[in-house]
Formats: sequence, structure tokens, C-alpha cells
Amino acid sequence: MHGRLKVKTSEEQAEAKRLEREQKLKLYQSATQAIFQKRQAGELDESVLELTSQILGANPDFATLWNCRREVLQQLEAQKSPEELAALVKAELGFLESCLRVNPKSYGTWHHRCWLLGRLPEPNWVRELELCARFLEVDERNFHCWDYRRFVAAQAAVPPAEELAFTDSLITRNFSNYSSWHYRSCLLPKLHPHPDSGPQGRLPEDVLLKELELVQNAFFTDPNDQSAWFYHRWLLGRADPQDALRCLHVSRDEACVTVSFSQPLLVDSRTEILLLMVDESPLIVEWRTPDGRNRPSHVWLCDLPAASLNDQLPQHTFRVIWTAGDAQKECVLFKGHQEGWCRDSTTDEQLFRCELSVEKSTVLQSELESCKELQELEPENKWCLLTIILLMRALDPLLYEKETLQYFQTLKAVDPMRAAYLDDLRSKFLLENSVLRMEYAEVRVLHLAHKDLTALYHVEQLLLVTHLDLSHNRLRALPPALAALRCLEVLQASDNAIESLNGVTNLPRLQELQLCNNHLQQPAVLQPLASCPRLALVNLQGNPLCQAVDILEHLAELLPSVDSILT
Amino acid sequence: MAESLPTEFDVVIIGTGLPESILAAACSRTGQRVLHIDSRSYYGGNWASFSFSGLLSWVKEYQQDSDIEEESTVSRQGLIPETEEAIALRKKDETIQHIEVFCYASQDQDTEDNVEEIGALQRNPSSVASTTITELDSACLPEERQSYFTDYEMPANHTQKSDKEISLGITDVEESLEKEKDCGDNTCIHTILGGHKDEDKHTVEDNTGQAKKNRITFSHIVKEGRRFNIDLVSKLLYSQGLLIDLLIKSNVSRYAEFKNVTRILAFREGKVEQVPCSRADVFNSKELTMVEKRMLMKFLTFCLDYEQHPDEYQGFRQCSFSEYLKTKKLTPNLQHFILHSIAMTESSCTIIDGLKATKKFLQCLGRFGNTPFLFPVYGQGEIPQCFCRMCAVFGGIYCLRHKIQCFVVDKESGRCKAIIDHFGQRINAKYFIVEDSYLSEETCSNVHYKQISRAVLITDQSVLKADSDQQISILLVPPAEPGACAVRVTELCSSTMTCMKDTYLVHLTCSSSKTAREDLESVVNKLFTPYAETETNKEEPTKPRLLWALYFNMRDSSGISRSSYNGLPSNVYVCSGPDGGLGNEHAVKQAETLFQEIFPSEEFCPPPPNPEDIIFDGDDKQPEVPGTNNIIMATIDSSEESKNLESPEKHLPH
Repeated sequence: MHGRLKVKTSEEQAEAKRLEREQKLKLYQSATQAIFQKRQAGELDESVLELTSQILGANPDFATLWNCRREVLQQLEAQKSPEELAALVKAELGFLESCLRVNPKSYGTWHHRCWLLGRLPEPNWVRELELCARFLEVDERNFHCWDYRRFVAAQAAVPPAEELAFTDSLITRNFSNYSSWHYRSCLLPKLHPHPDSGPQGRLPEDVLLKELELVQNAFFTDPNDQSAWFYHRWLLGRADPQDALRCLHVSRDEACVTVSFSQPLLVDSRTEILLLMVDESPLIVEWRTPDGRNRPSHVWLCDLPAASLNDQLPQHTFRVIWTAGDAQKECVLFKGHQEGWCRDSTTDEQLFRCELSVEKSTVLQSELESCKELQELEPENKWCLLTIILLMRALDPLLYEKETLQYFQTLKAVDPMRAAYLDDLRSKFLLENSVLRMEYAEVRVLHLAHKDLTALYHVEQLLLVTHLDLSHNRLRALPPALAALRCLEVLQASDNAIESLNGVTNLPRLQELQLCNNHLQQPAVLQPLASCPRLALVNLQGNPLCQAVDILEHLAELLPSVDSILT
Repeated sequence: MAESLPTEFDVVIIGTGLPESILAAACSRTGQRVLHIDSRSYYGGNWASFSFSGLLSWVKEYQQDSDIEEESTVSRQGLIPETEEAIALRKKDETIQHIEVFCYASQDQDTEDNVEEIGALQRNPSSVASTTITELDSACLPEERQSYFTDYEMPANHTQKSDKEISLGITDVEESLEKEKDCGDNTCIHTILGGHKDEDKHTVEDNTGQAKKNRITFSHIVKEGRRFNIDLVSKLLYSQGLLIDLLIKSNVSRYAEFKNVTRILAFREGKVEQVPCSRADVFNSKELTMVEKRMLMKFLTFCLDYEQHPDEYQGFRQCSFSEYLKTKKLTPNLQHFILHSIAMTESSCTIIDGLKATKKFLQCLGRFGNTPFLFPVYGQGEIPQCFCRMCAVFGGIYCLRHKIQCFVVDKESGRCKAIIDHFGQRINAKYFIVEDSYLSEETCSNVHYKQISRAVLITDQSVLKADSDQQISILLVPPAEPGACAVRVTELCSSTMTCMKDTYLVHLTCSSSKTAREDLESVVNKLFTPYAETETNKEEPTKPRLLWALYFNMRDSSGISRSSYNGLPSNVYVCSGPDGGLGNEHAVKQAETLFQEIFPSEEFCPPPPNPEDIIFDGDDKQPEVPGTNNIIMATIDSSEESKNLESPEKHLPH
């Protein structure tokens, strides 16, 4: 009938589609083959550009072909006149854009564009910024494009204020945008460099308050969106700490110098990166880690040659200089003293508040209040609960300890998937609090019993501790980091779930070790104890290994120097 | 001339409103021979959009007294054998009442008579009605203007657009501004038409004698009249609504362009404010406190899947939605936003209806933008034409200005056999679809209609100023006293191609209790102030100024059931005119229901086939019946059709 539409049947359609695909595959394969042959033969000419563009135009993720193209372009650079090259580059840029339209998240394509722009004598950065803006218009969360934008902005020296305004506009459209928030965290410190030598990477208070308001708008609008919470934590966080020497300890008995750093570092004795001066003259020593593995570590120690310690002199001055990080520490060993030390106090330096910064507590206090307000509305929001805990720690870890523990309880209930992580975090905070208490009391005894600890943290801060009580916790191991406790004499770790003792090794002063009611299965796990020279008492009662026959003989063989082993 | 129309069809459709046009497309799409007729000279019936002069002609047409009795000159006696009888159709449309026009912009008396619409072709002096159609068709089909009574043309969809391009090149606007300056005393003529005989004029002195540059006079509006596309019925498309789904499914969307409504506004305590409704809006809002943001988001998130949380509202079943909102710890501000601007309901609506409306609003968010609504560029009147175009592409025949005298019913079977047109030609068909305004008084004697009150305003500023002056806003003004009706206000900017630059086109709609002016004037006065020359120099006016206003009542036949009509044959199907609602759901539902009734086994507006799957048969292009050069037989023209299928810019925004 007139006007009636005639349409192919579904079989005809399927057949046509099949033939089309077959044809496509043939072309694809033959082109790939031709490219590889030419490459092998070293024929890197324009025909390779043509062939690769056929394939990359359809599948921009074929990384080898991009490499091929770069080889060809490098070759042509040497051969062509400037005009010809300009035309070539123009064509290449156009081709790249068409590939990006096929797949705006192709690693290879963005990388190739970076490479090409980096080689141009006069790149047109304005056009590149427009390109980024266009692609971010389509998908404001395309992190490939964000990456490229940062590259372009850096190359073109775009003022940070302009880029900040750009992030503003995208956050306004959709604030669930990690890339945009992250870019802010890069731009703001550049825009507001800290006066004088204050902590780098921090913002002046007026800027900070504005940012806090912005990010609060985001998490009050949608408290389940992570990107805002991460930015919030960055805002309140402190800049990366500089390498610092936390503690220097000298022991006359063991003829040993121990240092602890603010973060794990690698000390190579040959490069003299860590200098030791004894009475103002350099001493060549061999630095090692307590566990002997000499991997990056918080704690490094060295043996002193016998000649460097003289009982007759009124005092020795020890000075260590960390040349890589411009840090040093000095301590004095007086006549008649067994040891001398110098250390940063955790209480003065607020070392444990590193999660959140030392911002004026009024800012933190008001942040805490608004988070509590939000928590009342959203009692089950894990991000809010965690932020409250972090804020409380930053404000006053001891004052808020009880409240913090309650929030942990709630948080674990609403976020059971992260229960183990939260247990560890809680252990860390409790340990920090105990260290603070110990230092306020000016003692070298640390009580950590009955705290539900699941892991040990900040062991490097415990260099001077002589008595450590870890009883009645949920520890499953005494980890290698424990080997840093150079002054430890008594270690109580009964009533845990300890299975391994890797950390109880090379402890020069350890005399007593309580390990009742743990999960020690085999006598072999006690092997590390043999390296502790002064160990006299080991209590193993209530461990599975006590059931074994001839256990006492076995242990006596394993630990010949230990006087008494209780099973 | 009259013999030129074929006499055998499958479906005859009378009226080119939205439901009829959808049905026409659906029938034609399934291969039915469709004749689509309208007695008016324009497409769309009460769904049409007009240029400014077109609207003035429309006003005039309704104000003329009905004395068209001479129409029935052609006798139908000989055409109806004894076995058949006739059911007469109505001769004059009576759906529009109480038209009142007010002009506040200064009318320069000297030049008034000379004012011509820019780009308009010479008007046909013989007929008021013809002016409109002249405009619509002039660019594409100029040779057809002579044959006034027998034009059968393609829907003028893109004809209209090319018209606008033509008028772009006009540059004498500034010149006329200069002229205006010289005229010392400007008169503001307040004319009440529509039956009121008194015509009162008052002159306002222009003290300074210096007109502002952006001053818009009536002659500007007339000159730029083609920039206007004024909808008779003010509606928006829900982004997840039935009409959008149908447009996309049937691919009719390619014939239209849309713009997102940019703002949802609220009117509270005498102030217009923007309602934050999307996540981004809430985040960016400077007015809401942090806690308000959370409470609003929390409530809206709940509404999105309220069915899943029956415990949240089960206990409040007896309450109204507004009472329920009070229990949700929402501030009065937020309660107002949700009730009037998001749910857009009356205070008394039930909790379930309120939640349902809120959910619908929210579901529509984010599909095409930050508000739930789309507006068709060039006006709502485009939509019926798009469907007509689809019908024509699949072979439907179009015929405007074609009056129908009666249905012819077979006495024995009681079925309708044919129609007889104003030339006395008999056209046979199997099914007849008719818009209810064509049915005679006799047929409708038992029917009681509701009325819609409408106002159309041209203003000089937006009701809420923003960074960009190109905003499309919707505002619901709650009733001043309980029991009265809320008034829906839609404000369109010039980029919607419905009004000239530096003006806004404002539509007001509510269900009538009195005449349109009585129903709407109080809201108009709350939001706007009449244009007056002197005010501009004193201080910056806070309210936008009215340049021109039109009030009218439109009949709302949406609730009428088929059974209330007397003596209609079973194969005559009735479509209603526009309803007062915001969306187009009623029209789409009605079209689909009627289509399923007529063709139960056919799919309703299926997606068109891929262009590569269409088999073109050269023999299909048959020579047309001799002597009918005026009939454009719409066949699938391969070149034109494939061009359309490939042009991406006509698709819906993503």
C-alpha cells in the first residue's frame, strides 16, 4: 500500500550485521599485521601513521600502536621542514581529539597528547584548557582529563586563582567530585603560601573557614558522599611532617647509641648520612636496625668502640646529625651514670595529634559542634562519627577519651565491615593516651592492661620504657617493632591471644617475660627469646605448648641461659 | 476543487489538538489511511501557539459575533440516502470566553496605524483568519497562498522556524527608537475589549521628555511580533512524563527542540524566592541553614522511595499532606517549598497524593537538567505539529480550514459511515475521531464543563532577577484564602523563542471560579506593576512591569466521560481539549486508550525502523491523481527522511 513502510526482517538484519563485523575484523587484523611488519623492518614513515590511525580511531586503547606513532613522529621530526611538521602536529592533535571522543578515558590517548604537547616549541595551551573544559563539561569526574588539565595548567602557568574558580564551578554542578576537591587542595596552598617558615601546606584561618563552610554544605546535603569528608579531613589535617630526630639514647653498659626518627628512614652507614659526634669529634660507626634487617625503620642503633667511653671523664657529649633532613640531637652521659638521653616530649609536641592539625582549637571546636549536630540528624552516618572521633582527638585526647570510646562503639555497630580496622584505630588512640599519661607522670612504666588492644603502635616512642604491661588484651603477636624497646626489663603479656614472639629479640635488658594464657603452640616460637642476653624468667603457663611431652627439656635446650621457665 | 480530496479513508480525525495529533501519528504509523482535518486556519486548536499578530487575530475572531449562517449554503440533502441519517456538527467554536486585552506599553498614536510586523507579508485583507496561516506558510509554500480554500499542506513545523530566520536581518529597530524620543507626550491607552463598550484613555505626562533606551512600546511589540510564540495553554513536559517517553519512543522528538526549565520559584510572604530542589541546588543554596539542608534532603530522599517505608507515614493517614509536613521537623520555609513548589499541591491534599506528587517531581530531576521540566522551544504549539508531521511522513493527509457539516450514520447498523464537508463532499471512513469542541449542542446537552482561567502577560523583567536573564521559571502562588485555587505562573525568556528580546512572556493558569480576569488579577497585581513612564525615573522598580495583558477562559473538557454525549455512533471517538494540569499526561493517556480501543492488536507509536533497514521501492512514488497539484502526498521521501534521521541536533538534550 502507498506509504506503507518496508523494513528488513530480523534475519536479514542479523546477517547484514554479521557480514559487517567480519569485514571489520579482517581490516583490523590486516592493518595490525602490516604495522608490526613495517615496525620490524624499521620503515617508520607516514604510512604507519595512516595505518595506526585506522585502528586507534576505533580502539584508542592499543598502547603499542601509540608507541609506534611516537617512534614515527620522532623520526619525521628530523626529516621534515618546519611547515610540514606544523601540519603534521595539527593533524595529530585533531586525530587525538577524535580518539578522545571515542573513549574519553583512554590512558594511551591522554598520554600521547601530553607527550606531543611537551615536544612542541610553541604549544597552544589556551586551546588545551578549552579542550579540558569541554571534556569536563561532558563528564565532570573524568580523572584522566583532570590529570591532563593539571599538566596543562602547570605548563601554561595558569594563575591558581583561575583554576580554583574552575573547580568552584564544577563543584557547584556536582559536589561528588574527588578530582575537583583534590585540585583545590593543591591550589589553595599555592594561592595562600604560609608566611615565614611556618608549617607548609596549611591555610590561613579566613580561607580555612570559608573552605570548611563549603565542605560542610556538601556533607550536610549528602552525608554519604565520601569526597567531601576526605576534603574535610585534608582541611583539618597537618602538612607532611619533616624528618625529625625524636630521641637519642646512650647506654654505657651495652656501649650502644640508639636514635629514633619521626618516620621510617633508611640509614646507609657508608654515605655518612647520619653522623655521630662524640665529644665534638666524628666517630665512624656501623648503623643497624634492632631487628638486624637494615630496612627503613624508625629506630637505628650502633655499637660504640670501647675507647670512646671513659669512666674517668666527668662526661661525654653525644651528638647525632641527620644530614639529609637537617636535624640533630645532643645528649650527655655523666660519670657514674649508666645511660643518658634526650627526647622530644609527646606532651609538648602533640605528636599524636597528627591526624588532625594544631589549628586553633576554636575552629576545631566549632567543627566538632556542627558534626555533632549532623550526627544527631544522621545517627548512623559513619563518616560523621569518624570525623567526630578525629576532632575530639585533635582537641584533647585525654579529656574526650571516654566519649571517644562510646563513639567507637556506635561506629562499629553501624559499620561492621570495618570492625577490625576500627579496633586497630581504637588501640592506637588508647596507646597514645597511655603514653601521654606516662609522660605526664614522668615514669618509664607503661600500663596497657585491660584495654582491648588488637595491635601495637608508636613502639618507637617507647625507647626508654623499662616496664611494659600488655596483659588482658586481644593481641595476636608481639611484632618485630617491639625490638626497638632497648631499655625494656619486664614485659607482661599474659592473657592475650599471642601466637608469635618475633619482636622479643635482641632486647639487651629484658629479664622477665610473662606469657601466661596465650596461644603459643610450638616450642619453636620461643626461638627469638634466645637472643635476649639477660632473660631470666619466662612464664608460659596456660599455653598449648605446655601440654607437649618433655617440654621442659625441650625448652631448656632452646633457652639455655634462662634460669626459670614456668609451664 | 472539492473533488480533489480522496473519498476513502480508514480514519478521519477532526481537530489537530494534542490527543488527536498523537492518534493521527499512531494510526498513520500502523499503515492506516488517515485524513486529518481542522476547521481552523492553524494547527493545534486550543493547544496552538501564536505570534503576536496571530494572537490579536485570534482575539478578534472570538470577539466577532457568530453570524456565519451563510456557511450552510451547500445542501447535503442529495448526499444522504434514506437508509442513513446525519448528526450535525457545531459551526462555531465556543470554548473560549471572557477575552479581555489590556495594553500598558505606550501606544504612539501617530505611528500606530503604520506599525507593521517586521517580516510579515502583505496581509490578505479578505479574511482575518488567513493572516495567521500566511505567516506560517509563506516562506516555504508561497505559491499556495492564492488557492485559499483548498490548501492541503504539510504541517508547518520547520516552515515556522525558517520564517524566524528571515526576520533576523531587520535593523531599523534603533531607528524607530530614535523616533520615539522625539515624541514628547506619550499616551498610555488602556483599552478594554471583549464586549465592554467603554474605552477610557488617560494620558501620562512624561516629565523629562527623555525615554530610556530599553523602553519597550506597543509598536515595538507589534514590530517584533514574530518573535512571540504565545501558547493558548500553558504546560510543561515532565522529564520522566508520558509525553517525553512517547516523543522518544516514537522518535517524534527529532522534530522538536527543548529547553530545561531553569528555576522552580516560590511565593512566600510577598517575596519570590528560588526553591532548591536538586542536590546541587541544596548544596549551593545560601538561604538554607546547614540543618535545613539536611532536613530537606532527608525528606526528599525518603519521598523517592516512600513506599518502602510505610511506617513513616502509616500513622498519619488521616492527616493532610501539609499537616504531615509539620511533623517532619521541617521549618515553615521548607514546608512551604515542599507543599507548593515541589509537590505543587493544595494544602488539603492527602498525604499519599502529596508523597506521590513529590516523588514524581524528584524522579524527573536530573534526567535533562536540574529541574524536572522541559519546555518546547517555539512554544507548546510545536508538539501537536510534530505528531502531525510524523503522521504526514507515513502518508497522512492534512487539510486545514476545512469545515465538516455532519457525520453520516447508517440507520441499520448505527455506525458512522462518512462525513460531509462544507463543500458537500462525502468522505467515507471506518473510524472517526473528533475533538469535543466540534460536537453540536444537541450532542452535548447533558455535558457540564469546567473552565480554566488563563492570563498571558508581556513584561519587561523577570519576577526574580538572577545572574542570567535567560531563565525559564515556574512559580505556584498559593491561594490567598483557603478554598480558592492556586495559580500556576510560568515565565519564559526570549531564548525559548516565545518572546522578543528584553521581554518575558508570563502565563498564568488556574481553574476558574469566575472570569479569568477576576480569578487572576490579584496575583498579577502581587507580582507585577502596570507600565508607566514616570516611575522609571524615581527609583528602580522592584516589580517587573506589565506591557501587555490578555485574559480569557478556556473550556476544560478533560473530565467528560464518553457516555455523557447523546447519540454518538460507536465508531466515533471523542478527544477532549486541554486540561488545566501542568503536564500533558491526560492527552497522552487519552490518545493511547482510544488507539487501543480502535486497534487492540497494534502497537502504539512504535519506534521507527533504522534508516539502513528501510527498503526503498522506486515504484512507491506513484504519480499523484491528476489535477491535484495542491495536495502534497507525503510519501517516505528518501532524501528528506534520511536527512532527518541523521541530524543529531534535533534530538532531545542529553
